[in-house]
Amino acid sequence: MELKKILIVDDDPYILMSLDYLMRVNRFDVLVARNGTEALESINSNKPDLILLDIMMPDVDGYEICNRLKSDPQTKEIKIVFMSARTKPSDIQKGYDLGASLYITKPFSTRDLLKQIKELLSHRLY
Amino acid sequence: MSNWVVILTSLAYLALLFAVAHASEKRWFSKKSLIDNGYVYALSLAVYCTAWTYYGSVGRASSKGLDFLTIYLGPTIASFLFWPVLRKIIRISKVQRITSIADFISSRYGKNITLSGFVTLLCVIGIIPYISLQLKAISISIKIITNQPEQATTLDSFWNDNSFYISIILILFIFLFGTRSVDTTEKHEGMVTAVAFESLVKLLAFMAVGIFVVYGTFEGFGDLFQRASQKVNVSELLDIELSSGYFAWFGMMLVSFFAIFFLPRQFQVSVVENISEQHITKATWVFPLYLLLINLFVLPIALGGKVLFDGMAVDSDTLVLKIPLLLGQPLLSLLVYIGGFSAATSMILIETIALSTMVSNNLVLPLWVKKNEFQRNSDGFSGSDIILIRRIAIVVIIILAYGYDLLVAQHLQLVSIGLVSFVAVAQFAPSIFGGLYWKGASKNGAIAGLVAGFALWFYTLVVPSLVSAGILPDSILTEGLFFQSYLKPFFLFGMEIEDHIVHSAFWSLFVNSSLFVVVSIYSRQSTFEIYQSELFVDIFQHKDGGLQKPIWRRTALREDLRMILANFLGNERTEKMVQNFAHKNKIDPDLVYADPKLVEFCERVLSGIIGSASARILVASVTKEEEMKTEELISILRESQQMIELNKELKKKSLELEKAGLQLKAINNQLVQMDKAKDEFLYTVTHELRTPITSIRAMSEILHDNPEMEVETRNHFQYSIIKEIERLSRLISQVLSLERFESGKQKLEYQSVNLNSMLDSAVNSIAPLAEEKRIHLRIQIPNAMHLVRCDEDMIMQVLNNLLSNAIKYSDDGTDIEVILETNFNEYQISVKDSGPGIPLHLQEAIFDKFFQVKNQVLRKPEGSGLGLAISKRIVELHGGKIGVESESGKGSKFYFSLPLS
Repeated sequence: MELKKILIVDDDPYILMSLDYLMRVNRFDVLVARNGTEALESINSNKPDLILLDIMMPDVDGYEICNRLKSDPQTKEIKIVFMSARTKPSDIQKGYDLGASLYITKPFSTRDLLKQIKELLSHRLY
Repeated sequence: MSNWVVILTSLAYLALLFAVAHASEKRWFSKKSLIDNGYVYALSLAVYCTAWTYYGSVGRASSKGLDFLTIYLGPTIASFLFWPVLRKIIRISKVQRITSIADFISSRYGKNITLSGFVTLLCVIGIIPYISLQLKAISISIKIITNQPEQATTLDSFWNDNSFYISIILILFIFLFGTRSVDTTEKHEGMVTAVAFESLVKLLAFMAVGIFVVYGTFEGFGDLFQRASQKVNVSELLDIELSSGYFAWFGMMLVSFFAIFFLPRQFQVSVVENISEQHITKATWVFPLYLLLINLFVLPIALGGKVLFDGMAVDSDTLVLKIPLLLGQPLLSLLVYIGGFSAATSMILIETIALSTMVSNNLVLPLWVKKNEFQRNSDGFSGSDIILIRRIAIVVIIILAYGYDLLVAQHLQLVSIGLVSFVAVAQFAPSIFGGLYWKGASKNGAIAGLVAGFALWFYTLVVPSLVSAGILPDSILTEGLFFQSYLKPFFLFGMEIEDHIVHSAFWSLFVNSSLFVVVSIYSRQSTFEIYQSELFVDIFQHKDGGLQKPIWRRTALREDLRMILANFLGNERTEKMVQNFAHKNKIDPDLVYADPKLVEFCERVLSGIIGSASARILVASVTKEEEMKTEELISILRESQQMIELNKELKKKSLELEKAGLQLKAINNQLVQMDKAKDEFLYTVTHELRTPITSIRAMSEILHDNPEMEVETRNHFQYSIIKEIERLSRLISQVLSLERFESGKQKLEYQSVNLNSMLDSAVNSIAPLAEEKRIHLRIQIPNAMHLVRCDEDMIMQVLNNLLSNAIKYSDDGTDIEVILETNFNEYQISVKDSGPGIPLHLQEAIFDKFFQVKNQVLRKPEGSGLGLAISKRIVELHGGKIGVESESGKGSKFYFSLPLS
């Protein structure tokens, strides 16, 4: 069985490192990107099934990436999970309006995250 | 010029005037009323300039030099008082529906019948010669232009006289445009427009002849004056003292100052026909300008006449017309004739309307009303009766004027007649000006002053003219009345004033005003007089021009009131007016007994139709009035005065309150801003805390959930957790530190510090970090020991922050320099790197807290975003400055200064 591909995008190296480990241990094919530009390149060449996406990044922000993916028929099926320290309701609403499957606020529980990601990908997994 | 050309031209001009008046009433030119215009208003005031001034000014200038100007200087000075004084008169007249000068005076002094009738008589007697003067000017000018002998028309040949027929046409004109509506508060649109038009005609005609004389006959002013000075002593003509004397100048100016307010025609155009108080502001400069323009050429024409008619006997009053005739300019002569004709007709039109209103409303009707008090169910008299009275009055006035011309005027000097009228109306000055500004002015005072003034005027100016006309014996003039020499009309009580006009003005006004003041002080005012004086003097203080609560508890059967009004206005209009008023004032119009306010309203409406005195009598005949004692009224007035004061106070207070409210709002805004800033700061702080907490939590959970993790990875995770916790505590302590600075709690512990060693130790402590990126740290310090008083820990913190920033943003293997410089009174420490640099527009902003967070351009994962903000506060607390010099791509130099003392 082919592993699901997850792209993790965050500019904080520790978060990147820990999520990378978490997803690998749970049998995902993991890709990482430290900023928006890297993320877009990786999406192009790797076609991930799901993206864990930080919002505040110096070059291209998470909203913008999500917006681009959802308006491109080739990439709009990719599931987007925002993870952000922005906790205002308006920010969360914006995330869902852009077509995200999930918006989790930092700090979050890795156990919940894992569970929800598995659910999101389940109908294709089994 | 042949007779019929002149007749036809005159008739054509009158036809044009009819057309202008008719067009204005039909509003052919615009939807808006033509007279609702400041310029038309100002031009209508120029009805002041009559044929007498049109022809007579040049005559007076020929003999008395600049003296003619006094008649214009008075009104010019008066025009500066239009806004305060004329506006007050207009406001009062509008509120009280006053339609003539007689009504104005009588209203002020308790709507007194005697006063009203007396003032009317004074006006009629005083003004009729003035009207006759206009007729005379027309007839003489026709004779001159048709080259007939200039002798006056006599009683047995008046049907051959052109001016007789012109009088008849004028009467028709006035019937048509001046007496159509019974309500005299309604404007005479056509009439006023025609008069404004005539003002333009006479101005243009007079200026045309002036320009012709100066530039067509002579070569400009210089040439004219030079050639005139060979014939006459020009400088003597220009000398006031020599021509008539300063006292006479002052007297004439004063008399003409009063005339511009009180001549019945001036009151008519400036007050009764006024549509908007705003027009006064325009008239204040347009009217004097008009007077200036029409006087510009008076002296040149007079001097030109002296040169042109050198040695010939010529009546200088007719020079204006004779000059173009002499020089063979028939068209110009005709234009000049029409100019004079327009000056005369406009005066006759307005003066006659004003006088006829007075005669009907202030003389005939009050007597009639008094005799035939209102009787229910009888027809009484009606609106059409009043119009008939006015028309009869007009015919009688014009016939009297014409008769005066035939019988008396031919024996008199042309010039003096106008001034005689001026002195007559000047008699109103004490009672009107006094009544406008002095509440104590009383009816008895006004009557005493007016009677005495009028008697003296009559004796010193009219009696001599009757002597000249042969009606009275010569001895009165030469020996004095009853052969008492101190009673000589021209030299009363031995007073030697050469100018009879000034002599008369002096005595009549002196006695008039003295009696007015003295009698007013010693006589008791009636309750109603007190009430009226309050409304007149304090007109601008009362809302809508009346006291807030009705003072007169008058009631009347509604049906009686309605019938009185309906007599004059017709059923339909009466009903509409009453309903409107009742609706506006929230009164039930259908009560059997009318509300006191409604009674007052009816009286005011009637005032506009039949004059205030008659209206009062008529309304009183159907009302039941509770007796009011003077004390009672005074206490009500005092109350109303207190209300006014209270209102003023309240207004002031509410202004203050409004101001305070605004201040409060500003403070509140500031607070909201501060609150917002605080919220934002908190949001940013928590946001910044979330990132390390997220990774700490994630890593801890992973460590816990994955016991089978390899040792190496485990160690890495644990180490990272420690690092992140350090970052977290750093952030927290920086936030707290910043808070201490902002709240002013942060104190400095000053000590003497050796800068050399401090820089060394700062560089040493950061060296490991630099080595990681193979960065060279170099220190440049001048040779010497540098001591400064500062808080060592704090300054260390600044140095550390600048150095770590420099390392953070520098590429591997580059250099960083630390430089110490001494200026006059401070040390400057700089940290210079060769990193990416900072764009100019951000160089100030980077010292803001959390700058990085909001501007992600420069963001690197490390750092709290508070370092520079804290550094800035530390340096500033030391009295120094912090800043950066940088260019994008060429590195940055951060520096801060520490004062030596």
